[in-house]
Amino acid sequence: MSPIIQHLFDAASLGGIYALAALGIGLIFGIMGLINFAHGDFFMIGAYVIFLMSGRPVLVVTATTIVVVILLALATDRFVFRPIRGAEGAILLTASFGLSYLLENIVFMIFGGRPKAVDFGHGLVESVTIGGVRISQLDIFTIAMTAVLLIGLTLFLRKTRYGTEMRAAASDFRMARLLGIRANRVVATAFALSGALAAAVSFLLVVRAGAVSPHMGLMPVLFAFLATIIGGMGNLPGAALGGFILGFVSVGLQVVLPPDLVQYRDAFLFALVTISLALFPGGLMPGRQRGERI
Amino acid sequence: MTSASKIKTPRISIQSLVGLTWPAVSLIVILLIISLVSSLFGTDVIQLAVIEMLVMVVVVVGLYMFIGNSGIVSFGHIVFMLLGAFCSAWLTLPVPFKHMNLPGLPPFLAEHQYNVFLAAIISGGFASVFAGVIGIVLMRLPGLAASFAMFCVLATVHIVYANWDTVTLGLSSVVGLTTYVNVWVAFGWAAVAIAVAYTYQSSHFGLALRATREDEVAAKASAINIVRQRMGAFVLSAFFVGVGGALYGHHLGVISVGTFWIEMTFITLAMLIIGGMRSLSGAVIGTTMVSIFVELLRELESGINLGGIVLTIPTYSREFGLALLMILILILRPKGMMGDKELRWPFGIGLKRRLRIRGREEE
Repeated sequence: MSPIIQHLFDAASLGGIYALAALGIGLIFGIMGLINFAHGDFFMIGAYVIFLMSGRPVLVVTATTIVVVILLALATDRFVFRPIRGAEGAILLTASFGLSYLLENIVFMIFGGRPKAVDFGHGLVESVTIGGVRISQLDIFTIAMTAVLLIGLTLFLRKTRYGTEMRAAASDFRMARLLGIRANRVVATAFALSGALAAAVSFLLVVRAGAVSPHMGLMPVLFAFLATIIGGMGNLPGAALGGFILGFVSVGLQVVLPPDLVQYRDAFLFALVTISLALFPGGLMPGRQRGERI
Repeated sequence: MTSASKIKTPRISIQSLVGLTWPAVSLIVILLIISLVSSLFGTDVIQLAVIEMLVMVVVVVGLYMFIGNSGIVSFGHIVFMLLGAFCSAWLTLPVPFKHMNLPGLPPFLAEHQYNVFLAAIISGGFASVFAGVIGIVLMRLPGLAASFAMFCVLATVHIVYANWDTVTLGLSSVVGLTTYVNVWVAFGWAAVAIAVAYTYQSSHFGLALRATREDEVAAKASAINIVRQRMGAFVLSAFFVGVGGALYGHHLGVISVGTFWIEMTFITLAMLIIGGMRSLSGAVIGTTMVSIFVELLRELESGINLGGIVLTIPTYSREFGLALLMILILILRPKGMMGDKELRWPFGIGLKRRLRIRGREEE
């Protein structure tokens, strides 16, 4: 019984990371149709901020990282995405691809390509034993943090003026503007929220891996994309659900696959997602269809 | 239906034939001039750069055949390059090398060494067959889902190849490929790719696919089978990207799984988009421009002597510069340098206008 509970905790914490990452992408996609490939570089840059600040009090590190990543997200909106707002999805996606390449190479120029060890939050790596089941503190921390952020985001979107504006913009951007919602402000809010979620993911990734490297954002952001696609593009609960599904399937494959196939786990995962896309092209909870109205 | 009998079939004169084939011919002539000049006067470094550029023309024109005509930006086409490059390596490496390093190969690959030209065509064919199989599922997906599903396919194959040590050497490099790709081999393939791409886009099939790109609903209403048209372009484009991968391997002499991953995806897409993803001229001109730009930055990175002062720029400036250029082009000219247009015959009346004038006379 106890190994199953351990795996469930693993899956929930991995799924939580994917869900947070997927929400950051889903928020922006819902409003402006941009699939932000550079979101993974938000994690990466957040992680480098933690690397630079390591050794300072945890509160200072946390605050600085969140502020830096939010500012970065706002700057990318202002200088890259605002000038091309309203272009087709493919163009936006390609621009974000270029931006991601740019950010990665800036980090390469400054820090070089070698992974760097980070001494941060190592206390969380130890396990605790609850009722005969060994559970890593990091898993508990991740699950708690995901829960708090999900509840916080829901409250923000449901209860505040900005949240309502964002939901309006996501359901019909043009109509929302006609009703007096400022486009720039709504989009900037979305980017700021997305940056804050990315900063949270940075912490979890750094503590898990114990190191930073310029390409560290790539795999998480790919999984986050998969999560948003499985869940249904532009649907936030769907994105979170997709993240958890991925986490569970990923850990499930790890457990079920025979040892000589475990190295191909991600290949199985990608193949499964491709199949699920073929069965449900709009995702499990299809969001607003873009560009297919007449 | 009485008026139908009055419409004459347009006679194709020499001039309109020139106008009709000009976009492809002019592009091939531009590449021919570059190839000639580099092989007559160029240093080794310049010749290598020109060969690489021509190989990239094959790949990017291959990408264009699908992306340009269907309007679906595929983020996974480099998978065909990966398949093509390794397929050609399996076919052409010396038998003893394969016995020693690649024990997992089936006998028909392990015991024989095939001709390089044949190998390039088989590699392209292999990529096409793969495209045909995955296309059954992928071509049914709507735009953005298809873009990402393509990436999933690339990632799947990448992970499989990176771990399948007995046939791919995993993450280390396969060395010793015959470097037979000189300027003229590369030019030949580039010319074929351009000619095929232009013939395809002017054909019934190309026009039908372009119609689905402009308006899916209207195309469907005009009895165009979207899935079938996309599939045709996908298989054709996979062939040329596959051949491009084979040529790339035989140009460098070394391949590894890591070569055909995010970096290559980015560079080829940047070439296509900077030129203009909806125009064949854009694909070729974008590739040429980006190659020259990257080569210049590469020279600067290794240092240029300006009257006693050595000017160098930091490492990674090449990638940085390319990314910046791509973002700027997207902001300033979202449709790329060429937009929707092809190079046109600059003298006399173009074919389009002649047809329009004739049409008016008949009214």
